[in-house]
Order: sequence, then C-alpha cells, then structure tokens
Amino acid sequence: MLLRHTTAKEIERKALTVNPAKTCQPVGAMYAALGLHGCLPHSHGSQGCCSYHRSALTRHFKEPVMAATSSFSEGSSVFGGSSNLVSAIETIFTVYDPDVIAVHTTCLSETIGDDLTQIVSKANEDGKIPEGKKVIYCNTPSYVGTHITGYSNQLASFIKFFSTATPKKRNVVNLIAGWMEPSDMREIKRIASVMEARVILFPDMSGVLDAPLTGKFEMYPAGGTTQSEMTATGDSKFTIGLGAYSTEDACVKLENKCRVKFEVVEIPIGLKATDRFIVSLSRHANVPVPDSLTEERGRLIDLIADNSKYFWGKRVALFGDPDTLIPLTEYLVTLDMKPVYIVTGTSGKHFDEEMARILKDIPEARFKSGERADMFQLHQWIKQESVDLLIGNSYGKYMARDEQIPFIRLGFPVVDRPGHNFFPYTGYAGATNLAIRILEKFLDHQDRTCNEEKVEFQM
Amino acid sequence: MTGFLKDREGQILTKGVDPRSLVGGKPSLAGSVSQRACVFCGSRVVLYPIADALHLVHGPIGCAAYTWDIRGAMSSGPELHRSSFSTDLREKHVIFGGEKQLYQALDELIDKYQPKAAFVYSTCIVGVIGDDVQSVCKRMEAKKGIPVIAVMAEGFQGSKKDGYRIACDAIAGLIGTDDSKDVSPVSINILGDFNLAGELWMLAGYYKRMGVQILASITGDGRVQDIRNAHRASLNVVQCSGSMIYLAKTMKERFGIPFIKVSYFGIEDMSDALYEVAKFFTDEEIMDKARELVKSELTTLLPALEPYRIALKGKKAAIYVGGAFKAISLVKALRLIGVKTVIAGTQTGNAEDYTLLEAICDDGCILVDDSNPVELSEFVKQTGADLFIGGVKERPIAYKLGIGFCDHNHERKLALAGYEGMLNFAREVYETVTSPVWRLKR
Repeated sequence: MLLRHTTAKEIERKALTVNPAKTCQPVGAMYAALGLHGCLPHSHGSQGCCSYHRSALTRHFKEPVMAATSSFSEGSSVFGGSSNLVSAIETIFTVYDPDVIAVHTTCLSETIGDDLTQIVSKANEDGKIPEGKKVIYCNTPSYVGTHITGYSNQLASFIKFFSTATPKKRNVVNLIAGWMEPSDMREIKRIASVMEARVILFPDMSGVLDAPLTGKFEMYPAGGTTQSEMTATGDSKFTIGLGAYSTEDACVKLENKCRVKFEVVEIPIGLKATDRFIVSLSRHANVPVPDSLTEERGRLIDLIADNSKYFWGKRVALFGDPDTLIPLTEYLVTLDMKPVYIVTGTSGKHFDEEMARILKDIPEARFKSGERADMFQLHQWIKQESVDLLIGNSYGKYMARDEQIPFIRLGFPVVDRPGHNFFPYTGYAGATNLAIRILEKFLDHQDRTCNEEKVEFQM
Repeated sequence: MTGFLKDREGQILTKGVDPRSLVGGKPSLAGSVSQRACVFCGSRVVLYPIADALHLVHGPIGCAAYTWDIRGAMSSGPELHRSSFSTDLREKHVIFGGEKQLYQALDELIDKYQPKAAFVYSTCIVGVIGDDVQSVCKRMEAKKGIPVIAVMAEGFQGSKKDGYRIACDAIAGLIGTDDSKDVSPVSINILGDFNLAGELWMLAGYYKRMGVQILASITGDGRVQDIRNAHRASLNVVQCSGSMIYLAKTMKERFGIPFIKVSYFGIEDMSDALYEVAKFFTDEEIMDKARELVKSELTTLLPALEPYRIALKGKKAAIYVGGAFKAISLVKALRLIGVKTVIAGTQTGNAEDYTLLEAICDDGCILVDDSNPVELSEFVKQTGADLFIGGVKERPIAYKLGIGFCDHNHERKLALAGYEGMLNFAREVYETVTSPVWRLKR
C-alpha cells in the first residue's frame, strides 16, 4: 500500500500538487531536438537540469541521450549566462562537432533574462559558429506550460530557423509528429510509403532513440530529419500536424512564414483517428488509399468483433498528455469501453471540449486538465468507484498495485517495461496492438482472479 | 570528433605514464556533455531517504518530477519520502513571488500527512526571485510544532557535491533536539548509507550480532526522531565520505563524537568496518564477536566466489561512479574476483581522493575526473574493457559498445554491500560479462 495516504474523500486543494501528471518544458525541447539529424540539444541553465532530462529520456528509451549544458554558476546567475553560452558553443563545435546546436532555456536563464537572440548573434560575430553549422534556440521557461509546451516550442524553432520558401512548390506533404514514440514515427512513415505519398516527417526520432547495437557508440545516430529536409518544408504544398498541443504552433508558424496551408488532426491512435489521418493524407498528397491499408483496417475490425464482449462496458482511468489522451479515449469508446476518469497536467480548452464531445454518452465520466489535475485526484476518483483498467505512464504502477487494477503503460515516461520502442500505438497496426494488449490484461486478470469453477478454457 | 577538451588535460591521466597527479573538484566547462548533476540534486538524494519526513520541492514542477523516488531508498515503515511534493511554481509566482504558495502548500501538507519534520528544498529559481524560504519555514515551524527545515540548495551554486554539504547542514539542525531514545553505551550512528536495495538492513544485522546499537541511520531508512537523538551515540561510522564527512566533522565539533571512515563494499573493507568499530569500543567481547562474524561469513562466501573468480580471470573493467571512495572499493572488490580495473573515474572526486585512488590502481589504468560520453567510449575502445560500472546515463553507452554493465548507483536491484552483497556483485558481473548477447552482433 504505497499510496495508503490517499483517501476517497476529496478536499479542496488551493496550492498543492501531489504526484503530478506532467513535467517541465525543457525535457520536451530536448526530446524534440533529438529528432533532427546531427543535432546536439543544449540546456542553458544549471547542470542539474541537463542531467535530469538526459536521465529521464535515457530511462524511458534505454538509449544514450546526448545533450550539453551551460553549467551555470553563482556568477552566471548574477551577471547573466551570456559568456557561458558563447564559450559553450565554442566548446561544443570543437569537441562534439554536431551539425546543429539546439539551445533551450531553463527557469533560471529565463528569470535572469538572458536574451538568446543577442547571445547567439554575438557568438556568430565572434566567429564561434563554424561555416555550415547552425545554432538554433527556443525559450522554454519551466514555470510556463509543461513538457508538451517545450516540445511544441522546439518544433516552432525548427520552422523559424530552417523552413524556407523558394519560388518552386513541391508536391510534398509535411507531417509534424506530436509527442509520440520512435516506433510510432516508423509506423506513420510506413503508412505514407504504402500510400506512395511524398512526405517529410519531423521531428523523427526513429533511428535515433531506437538505434541498433553495433559495438560502436554513435554520438549522432543515423536517424533524424535532415537539415535539407527541414529547409524544404517551406516548399511543401501542405502540412498535417499530428496533435494540436504539440504541433499546432509549428503549423501556424510555417503557414505564416512560407504560406504552407495546414490541417491539425489527432495523433492517429485508434481506428477513427487513423481514418482521419489517412483521409487527410490521401486528400492533400493526392494519392488513393491502397487496398492493403483498407485490409489492415478490416482485420482490426475483425479483431474487435471477435472480442467485443470482453471490451463492453469496461471502466477505464487514464492519465497523460492531451494529444495522446484525446484519440486514446475516443478509441476506447469505439471499442465499447467506458473511459470514466481522465486527467492531464497540461491545461487547455481543446482537451476539455474534445473530452466533452467524446464522452457525451458516458454520463459518469469525469475529466480534468491543468493545475491540480494530478494522479492524486485520479486515485481519489478510483477509490470512490473503481475501474477495470488503468492506462498511463510508469508512475501509475503504484495506484494499479494498491487497487489491484490491470495496468497498461502508455505515455512518458515508461521506465519499467520494454516494448514502446518496438510496437507502435499509431495506425491500424498500432490500434490492433493496443486492442490485443487490453484484451490480454483483461483475460489474464480474469484467469488469475476468478473462482476456480469459473475458469474458462476457451475465451 | 576532433579530440578531447584541451582544458581537461589535467583531469585525465594514465597511471605509470603521466607523473603528475589528477586534478579534481573543478567546475564543469560550459558546453560539456557532463554526467554531473546540480546542488539541488545532491541535497535531495541525501535527505530523501528520511522516510517519515515531508519533502517539499519549492520550484517549477520539473525539479520534483525528476527526483521523484529517485534512488530506490527503502523504508521499513513509513513511505512518505517516496511521494513527490511540489509547489509547482508558475509564471505569476516568478513575478509576484512564491512565498504565499509555499506557505499554503506546507500548511495543507502538514495537516494532511502529519510528518515528523518537513524539508523544504529551494531550487534555482527561488534563489533568483528571492523568496524568503527560511522565514516561511520558521513561521510554519511555530504554527505546526514540528521542525520545518529550509534546504537552500539552489542548483546553480555549484555541483552535486556542494548539495551534500547543504544536506548535512539541514540534518545538523535536527541533531541534538531530542533526548528521549534509550541509548546503549555501545552505540553508533551510521552515516552515508542510503539503504539502496536494503543494504542498511544487512549492515544493521552485522552490528547487531556484535552487540552494537545503531542509534540513527543517516539517512537510509532514516527517522526524524532517531536523527534528533543522534548526538548521544558514542561513534559515527561514515561511509560515502564525500557526502557525509562534513556532518561527521560538525558532530565532532558540536558534540565531541569521534568518527571513523569505512566502506561496506568488498570483503576487506566490510571486515575492516566491523573491526574498526569493535576496536573503538575496546571491548574484547565485541572484538571476538566481530572475528567470529567475519570468519563465519567468509567460510561460506569465499568458496561461493571461487567459480566466478575463475570465470572472470583476466577480464577488464571501466569504473565511472559518483564518488572516489566507491571507486576505490570497487577496484579492490573487482580484483578479488579476478577483474582488473583499466579505467577509474568519478564525478565528484578531489585531488586528495584521486591520490588514494591512483595508489591502489594498476599501472596503465586511466584515471579521469568529470568525464563525458565521448571520452568514456574512447577509453573503453583503447583499453578493451569488458565491463562498465556506472549509473543511469552510462548504461546504454556500454551496451551500445557491446560490453557488460553493472549499475552501482540508483538503479542497483540487489544489495551490493556486505558479504552477501559481494556475492551478488560477483554474480551480476559474471552474468553481464559472460552474456551471450555480446557475441551476437555483426
């Protein structure tokens, strides 16, 4: 009973967040930067921030995560971190030789008021940035928004520093990946390739955070969106953003800068969200949906039909990031399950509206976003009336254990089970994968806990 | 990669080749991919195992999120330390100050959880916006009647090691504030064991067999009341001296408690730790019990180690850990199972530590301070190491290089201290070094 202090009775909390379902901006910026080929993320702040973010990402992906830090001292926080950043840029290009340095700020450098534009242009004037190399930057104050905001800000900086419109438009669709796993990015690229659509996906962490073991340590693994691809996004004819919270800002910035029209759809998790993504891609890339994808879809529906009695009416609690939760909740409803409790630490109207829409036929459903929408709140709801399944990141395991609830790990971070690097949750293949995992959880639970006379051989 | 950082030359040497001594304790260069963490991290990892205290992080959400149950320190009772509490500072607090938020959060938390004490960690941003954390703590202490301690650990003040010292000050503030525990004339405090994988319980078992009372464990499986009584012990036994020697010295000055430095890792060091304590009490009976204990443990352990020693003979290890004392113990323990150390590095060692470390290493061993992934992977290639011993961030690098890895930090799953721990260690090294997976790559 690790969480024995949690009570069913709710008291109003004014100032307190307990067991947050979120973390701070810079880790999102660091993650997104790793999706650019040959890029070294740089944390402009104290050493700890960089170290924590690297550890958090390493624990999740089980991969080396490289990033540099300005190593602030007492002096830098009094006199500004300008000289730290200038000498950091020099050190990094001399020793680690990346193609791009992606600087993000921290609460400390934001509060003391370091001006990145001015510092980086000074580094440039002083000749610290070698020919052909680039330093890009974004502001990620930890006290605004969450890790999702940081991810989104980093993507916006990609647009600002790379996307360029030439007079020649190309018949290419940009796909902006919201916060998802490298395996999901692989799946989305596979779908595009099956459809024979010409796309540029960014950021692209596949091949970076799921690199093979070769006996060699690669500071910059083979994957990632290249700089020339990133530059060419300005000439694409359309952009599809996957997930409003993580990609809408980048979509808007690209339209403003290069006149590339866009549409934001959900991350294609589940049947309907995948349908919408494929329809959008088909329309904007002007390619038909091939039979092979329609067959994948048919097989998924077949699986759902075969097992519909096990899905029906199952109550689910979820926590995580809005771009994942919205399509995921919708998919659970598609499966005839009942997502009843949903919390996310990232606040926003879009989440509330979408949840209200998706859950309109489930009157008992409760959802909450932003401050105080933490796991403590979720646990209290579960104590009031339990659920059949919990879905969320690894921090959910304590709740699942205390309440004896089957638990599926999905989100960030997942540090105690492998698999998220390998099996996607996006596309029809991902929806199939998720449906099977849900079924396995239910059926295993039933086999383990039902009375002996009720043990079914055939299920 | 064009080479190593020029400015780091003093922080790298090869024993028997470079006649100079290794420089330590330098701040990391801006722009390095350092494996180090911050001041806040240092104080958080030291204090967090105190299980019946409230640990509230005053800062933006990240600082609490990343140090949430950070090192798997076990408790035999309350588990309040495993929850992460944060004031979740937002933009408005940065502009108008976060004191009110802190006061309210403390108020709500103390009412709800009834902790025995509260630690309030100040983070980078709190130092910059200038919240008077100490005065909020004082007011709350008066209101609630429990110690509320401000841990002024702004991350930018230095490195992790500076955070240890701040943690020691916070603990020192508790010591000597209670006299209610029964104290045996033969009592010690254990300083610097954090009960990872239950290691403290094993050590406590040994001392108990010798008839020695452990008055307070600072801080593994720690309790506030024990720490408040810690000034009444006869001796402080200090492991992980990097983090705790400062507290031991403070207690010596304030309460006249002598201290000894020990390590519980490896047979020699573990046995020395028991003998040193026995020697201190100048009691033949205790010494006899210690001898008896060591003898009986070794009788079972040595034969059990033998197959591993034979299998591992001639293998080479790279060590990159937090503190130098751990590195020294590791070199000795590895030697015992036939493994030669070819790289020995730490994040926080100082010149004095490195002299000791160098002395026990073999010629040809590369010694390094505050290293980075590029250097470490290069050294592994140069030396042909078969095994890497480190922490979270080093593990995947070792695996990518196709060599074994053993976590001697937050992610250890088995106790590595004591006699039982030595056998666990040998097994773990054997398992990873001889794993068939390393032969599968093309």
